[in-house]
Amino acid sequence: MSAAIKMVGITKSFSGTLANAGIDFDVEEGEVHSLLGENGAGKTVLMSILYGLYKPDRGKIFVKGKEAKIENPAKAISLGIGMVHQHFMLVPSLTVAENIVLGSEPEKYGFCLDSEKANEDVTELSRKYGLEVDPKAVVNTLPVGVQQRVEILKALFRRAEFLILDEPTSVLSPQEVDGLFKAIAALKQQGKSVVFISHKLKEVCSISDRITVLKRGRVSGTVNKENIDMEELAKMMVGREIPIVPLQNPFRREKVVLQAEGLRAFDKRKMLGLKSVTFKVHESEILGMAGIEGNGQSELIEVLMGLRKLDEGKIVLNGKPITNASVHERIKSGFSIIPEDRQKTGLVLDFSVSENLILGRQDQPPFAEKFYRLNLEKESELAQELIQEYSIQTPSKETPVRHLSGGTQQRVVVAREFSRQPKFIIASQPTRGLDIGAAEYVRKKLLEMRDKGCAILLISADLDEVLALSDRIAVIYEGKIVAIRENSKTSELEIGLLMTGATND
Amino acid sequence: MVEIVDIINAGLFAAALRMATPLVFTSIGGIFSERAGIVNIALEGMMLTGAFSGVLATFATGNPWLGVIASVLAGGLLGYLHALLTVKFAGNQIVSGTGINLLALGGTGYLCQAIWGSRGASQSVQGLGAISIPLLKDIPFIGEIIGTQTPLVYISIIVVVLSYILLFKTPMGLRIRAVGEHPAAADTTGVDVYKTKYLCVVLSGMLAGLGGAFLSLGHLSLFVNGMTGGRGFIALAAMILGGWTPVGALGASLLFGFADALQMRLQSVALLPSQIILTLPYILTIIVVAVFARKRAPPSDYKPYIKE
Amino acid sequence: MTEDKIKQKARQILEKAQLRFITSLTDSIPQIIAVIGAFLIGAIVLAVTGYSPLEAYGTMLVGAFGDIYGVGQTLTQATPILFTALAFLLAFKCGLFNLGAEGQLIIGGFFAAVVGISLNGLPVFIHLPLALLAGILGGAIWGFIPAVLKAKLGAHEVITTMMSSYVALYVTSYFVNYPLKAPGWVSQTIPIAASAELPRLLPVTQLSAAFILSIAAAIATVYLLEKTTIGYEIRAIGLNPAAAENAGISTKKGLILALVISGAIAGVGGAGEILGVHRRFIDGFSPGYGWDGLAVALIGGLNPVGSIIAAILFGAIRSGGISMNISTGVPLDIINVLQALVVLFVAAPKIFEYFKKKGGFKWLKLST
Repeated sequence: MSAAIKMVGITKSFSGTLANAGIDFDVEEGEVHSLLGENGAGKTVLMSILYGLYKPDRGKIFVKGKEAKIENPAKAISLGIGMVHQHFMLVPSLTVAENIVLGSEPEKYGFCLDSEKANEDVTELSRKYGLEVDPKAVVNTLPVGVQQRVEILKALFRRAEFLILDEPTSVLSPQEVDGLFKAIAALKQQGKSVVFISHKLKEVCSISDRITVLKRGRVSGTVNKENIDMEELAKMMVGREIPIVPLQNPFRREKVVLQAEGLRAFDKRKMLGLKSVTFKVHESEILGMAGIEGNGQSELIEVLMGLRKLDEGKIVLNGKPITNASVHERIKSGFSIIPEDRQKTGLVLDFSVSENLILGRQDQPPFAEKFYRLNLEKESELAQELIQEYSIQTPSKETPVRHLSGGTQQRVVVAREFSRQPKFIIASQPTRGLDIGAAEYVRKKLLEMRDKGCAILLISADLDEVLALSDRIAVIYEGKIVAIRENSKTSELEIGLLMTGATND
Repeated sequence: MVEIVDIINAGLFAAALRMATPLVFTSIGGIFSERAGIVNIALEGMMLTGAFSGVLATFATGNPWLGVIASVLAGGLLGYLHALLTVKFAGNQIVSGTGINLLALGGTGYLCQAIWGSRGASQSVQGLGAISIPLLKDIPFIGEIIGTQTPLVYISIIVVVLSYILLFKTPMGLRIRAVGEHPAAADTTGVDVYKTKYLCVVLSGMLAGLGGAFLSLGHLSLFVNGMTGGRGFIALAAMILGGWTPVGALGASLLFGFADALQMRLQSVALLPSQIILTLPYILTIIVVAVFARKRAPPSDYKPYIKE
Repeated sequence: MTEDKIKQKARQILEKAQLRFITSLTDSIPQIIAVIGAFLIGAIVLAVTGYSPLEAYGTMLVGAFGDIYGVGQTLTQATPILFTALAFLLAFKCGLFNLGAEGQLIIGGFFAAVVGISLNGLPVFIHLPLALLAGILGGAIWGFIPAVLKAKLGAHEVITTMMSSYVALYVTSYFVNYPLKAPGWVSQTIPIAASAELPRLLPVTQLSAAFILSIAAAIATVYLLEKTTIGYEIRAIGLNPAAAENAGISTKKGLILALVISGAIAGVGGAGEILGVHRRFIDGFSPGYGWDGLAVALIGGLNPVGSIIAAILFGAIRSGGISMNISTGVPLDIINVLQALVVLFVAAPKIFEYFKKKGGFKWLKLST
């Protein structure tokens, strides 16, 4: 069978970072072709190019043998390409049918919306593809799995032949995943093609006809259904040529600083984000938490910091239970965090460097005095000190942090958090978006804090980083810690497999 | 001494219907704007401008119906200004709304003095008068209430029905609701988000203008400085209480209208001081907003939609 | 320090002050353009309706600043709107829209009047501060109610504060028409005791010590925002509530505090009007000072010092407008029209970006 869609030599970079480098990718009629890879491997970018959301720097796309220039989603839709994004584009208070026909509504009497026809059309469509939905149901009352079906039907209503599903199972319960797989099989039977973007090895292996693995913007390899070998695939996803030698840590102690027991919490969508998380972090130790994003890390951080309520579980700091302590109390007790989105939750962009450096401490001595007075001299002193010590590149300490580079902004966050002499640090994606020099600096500082006795929880989607810095490595998958290993006693392959849900402890 | 029983009669309910009418027009106008995602606190100013323009046009032409058309156009013009500032220039919706209210108040007062030489009121003009619907007016009790009213009262009922149909039974209404609630979703299906918002805000101005026309041409026959007296904000309250639906707004407006009519008649009974009664719609609004804040949030987020 | 070092230090300070002045001037360009634009359109309105803009603006200027009486009245008009401007901008710094400054001002004035009327026989240095405190309390309470509704229930403060203004108007109207009414036709209370009066500053004018209080309030607001932990937290919440929460700042407590202090400031404004100008509570004594405050805050660039300048500007427009009306017959409402135009111009800063793109303002060489 000739390839129905062919992408040749696709290259795309975003402000200097190469997201796709010379990728060849094709999809045949009636096949399920999965794109497998870690975060940042380039899967979504590649498919966004196919859907007309981005323009490639180089490369060509052929649809049914003819070259196509896809400038926007409307063009992609006209070529029969449909995409179901990770974040749904559904209007919550409208019904299923209304959402599906929006923009191409059937009419009657010349100006009225023909709801009956819309409902009928949707029912027919859903029956044809085995995607059961009630056209009259209001979208915000539906479970996520059904909402996803609505999104798929939206694409099918616009006559999609090729369906791109971006991380579809990340929001589904196991039963809903089964439902989705049945639907994909039905679609295949009807001659549709599906591109299944995912990082979950097991699932990809069970439904794909072909699997293409992307790593750092390049194709690592393509495998047919008959030749699937999970270990091989894992290696293709995360493997590297030069093995990393973990650093020695002569400072490790026995004393437990932070203890988390049986943590259970709901996420924003009222689903169970943390199912049961238990771990300990010791003095002078870095516990690295490996895992693909979206497996409970955000909820874990929020629960540890006190920003989210625990449904069940205990958190103990140096023997003192802090499960119900406020964020403020935790910070006072020695908690510190490098947040994963420094601009959103780590800094007040319009505050100056010196104002950001006392954020979190502004109401404590020596910065706060009687009658709520702010001691600006002390603030200034601290700023001078930290700008020097952490080599913060800024025209002055009054410069709004908004004007600094990403790496410099991170230094401000690091300087602020580390200079507080914390007992426990949560470092979440601490080197994300930083150039090599800035990233190295942050890692160096983390090691320094560890040497001084700090207990550090390092959460990173960059497996390299976790392997390079951690004394022990925990793997989080679907809201649970599936394994904790000594760094020296495990391998990249093992962690990679655990991260993708391939094996459980 | 007038007893309470004496005031509860058909006249009370007829007055309630009259007091409710401007609120019906204006609150439905508010519904369209908010459903499309734009806060419109300038309804008060649009109403006032409508009231003034209606009298001005009637003064110039002698025909109150031309006045009504002028009211609608004037309100629509202010609606366009609000849309320009908040949609095209992504300006602050509250500030823009406040500015338009101030402009309407100052502008109408200024023109009133410049044209008729009096800051307080204009000259009298030909009002719309009342009409009687045959057959309807002969029904006992009910007939007294709805049988004889100024035409705009009947038009308001038609507006309620039309708005309901437009908002919930046509493709346009579907798109309006989508644009207000999830502009990105609407955008990806090809709906023109900006144009939809513009249309709705202009429509809200037109309806508010019509509400103003009722005050100056249907109820009285002249323009009085500041005659809207906060009704534009009470209309917002009616909109919230009515759950952002035309029928709900009708019900809420009737409630407020009833309170208004009752309050005027109660003054002769001297039961509660008028000022205390006057606070009721506002306190009611506060309670509604507070109690329903989480459950009945307005359909949209009020953030300006800026295309990526 | 040696003479050279002193000179060097002085030069540094002078340069810094100059730089600050020039940056605040360039930062104010959008506001300055807004005022000029408003006056231009106002001129068109005047011309179209048969009045001479030059004559109108000329008499306005002379009326506002031409003699001691004019200046006195200008500052008198500026005083309450400076208070409400400060109230609005303080709440705004916390990300809140306080549209209830009008009501907070009225209640503040009312409480002050009650204390002024009732407690007799007290020496002035007890009675007066007590009356002022009552004003603060009144405004604070009126700001507290919408604040708590927002913090606990998420009720949007735009609507609750606006509604509270109407409630304040009618409730005080009731009191002043019935229980506390003075004999006679006017809806007002009896005069306050002399020991509760704010002294007049300029004979013949109505300018009272309330003006000094308003300047003090502006300075206090600067101090609060820049030099206290409360101000730091309020600003952090207004700029990035997520980061504030992450740093342990309670956004709920912060926004309640911001609205309460905001209401208190407006309350002092009301107290100032009652104790300094009217010396009794009069039904409807505020011709909309709360709304003027909003315009003044916006034109003042949402900072206290700018608000002082803007308040004097608006005060001048008001008092000068009265003279203009008397001598030229131009309707008083042109004042409100000018104010409205100013607000509209400031509503959408992107207008300036839009016009910059289309090539306007090149001669101003705006950065950003």
